[in-house]
Amino acid sequence: MIDTIPHQLLYGFAAILALLVVGSVAAMKLQAIRARVVTWWVIAGALAAAFVIGKGAVVVLFALISFMALREYLSLAPTRREDRAALLLAYAVVPLAYLFIWLDWYGVTLVAIPVYAFLLLPAVLVLNGRTRGYLAAAGTLHWGLVVTVYNLGYAALLMNVPNQEAPAGGAGLLYFLLVVTALNDVAQYVCGRLIGGPKIMPSVSPNKTWAGFLGGCVMTAGLVVLLAPIFTGLPAVAVGLLAVLLPVAGFAGDVTMSAIKRDLGVKDTAKLLPGHGGILDRVDSLTFTAPLTFHVFAFFSSARF
Amino acid sequence: MLRTALILMLRPVLWLVLGLSIAGRAHLPRKGPAIVAANHNSHLDILVLAAAFKREALPLVTPVAAADYFLATPLLRFIAQKIIGIVPLDRTIRAGSDPLQGARAALEAGRILIVFPEGTRGAPEELGALKSGLTKLCRDGNIPLIPAYIQGAGRILPKGTRVPVPFTCTVLIGRPLQTSTDRAETMAALSAALDTLKAAAPPLHWD
Repeated sequence: MIDTIPHQLLYGFAAILALLVVGSVAAMKLQAIRARVVTWWVIAGALAAAFVIGKGAVVVLFALISFMALREYLSLAPTRREDRAALLLAYAVVPLAYLFIWLDWYGVTLVAIPVYAFLLLPAVLVLNGRTRGYLAAAGTLHWGLVVTVYNLGYAALLMNVPNQEAPAGGAGLLYFLLVVTALNDVAQYVCGRLIGGPKIMPSVSPNKTWAGFLGGCVMTAGLVVLLAPIFTGLPAVAVGLLAVLLPVAGFAGDVTMSAIKRDLGVKDTAKLLPGHGGILDRVDSLTFTAPLTFHVFAFFSSARF
Repeated sequence: MLRTALILMLRPVLWLVLGLSIAGRAHLPRKGPAIVAANHNSHLDILVLAAAFKREALPLVTPVAAADYFLATPLLRFIAQKIIGIVPLDRTIRAGSDPLQGARAALEAGRILIVFPEGTRGAPEELGALKSGLTKLCRDGNIPLIPAYIQGAGRILPKGTRVPVPFTCTVLIGRPLQTSTDRAETMAALSAALDTLKAAAPPLHWD
């Protein structure tokens, strides 16, 4: 199986391995990041295994991630006791949405959640007859589904890009998206810590600084310019667009989730991933960068999408 | 054996489906005799609480459960006695019989009892009034009493429902309590400990 994997991806995972080894060596000195590094090993291992097995495994992995993210969201968000049936139905949307992705039914995938789940769930929510809090319940449910299932689904959707449309196929595009998004989080965090300075959004995320945001943007833009030719084959103007927009989208994903957590009075969405918090804390930036990357690629480089 | 294997197999499922996380796991006893007192809102409570124990303690874990409910039908009786391994507790009061006899024997045999001092599952995600029967078990000996608060199970599978809906489930274990010969004192300590654990659980927005 290993020889069917594009060589760019093999080098890509070798680079991740090198980063993890460096992180693990650093963790021997820094107790604070130890749990975080161990969790990164598990995440990278799960992703590598899914890439080796192929599209089916990637789709299943992202379906599981979406499910766990949705569960964390629905556990934190205000819900009504009477809405159990509708919530169960919302969970059922997850396998269905990923089935459409696996079947490569692009048109159906695009409308399944934004149009049909959007219509179906409020219709089910109305059945229990409780109108108090109805609009909030319908809005809360739809926001969660779009962010945790529809938006994250774009990551898995990249696997449907025909091999000839990208230098390392759809898998290479997904690798690009995940690595740039994750390193953007790290870059913004590290720049913020090292440089300090004025806060960017003190009421939402008190540790974030302008220096962290701008420094992260510069570093991520450099990374996009470096990696995009290897994994995406995008024209220069599209690479420039991604270099500017992707770090901003990652930041936006991060602070919108922070705003929700602050609204609900929690620090982390869960304690599922040691050192990271919950799944939602880990994938918050990806919920914004995945659709953006997909659509930039679809617009500039894909005949299929 | 079967029960230990089942719980070990279910652990990753509970992590995936319910995001089960356990705080203060080190406070759970590894050997008996000991009593773990938890809040009770759901049939899932016993499963998520058992899943929190270390493997070597699992064969010792013995829930105290209502005889009138769990011994009512042959199927329930089989599950309760052969798989879960409950100690039945007679909730009706009869002269001359000691309802705690089975629980005492289990403690003497060095087992770890799980008791639900509310006595019933009650309203979901609410801590009801605590019954003091368990003080009769820890009063005589030096038996540690460990408080545990389960959040989420009552939302996943509350009383009166059959289909579970996934929500994040958190189990919080407190440090072993100093039990006293004074029943009211022990109950006040347990009640305060459960309230503290509940306050440390993630906020619940549910109405």
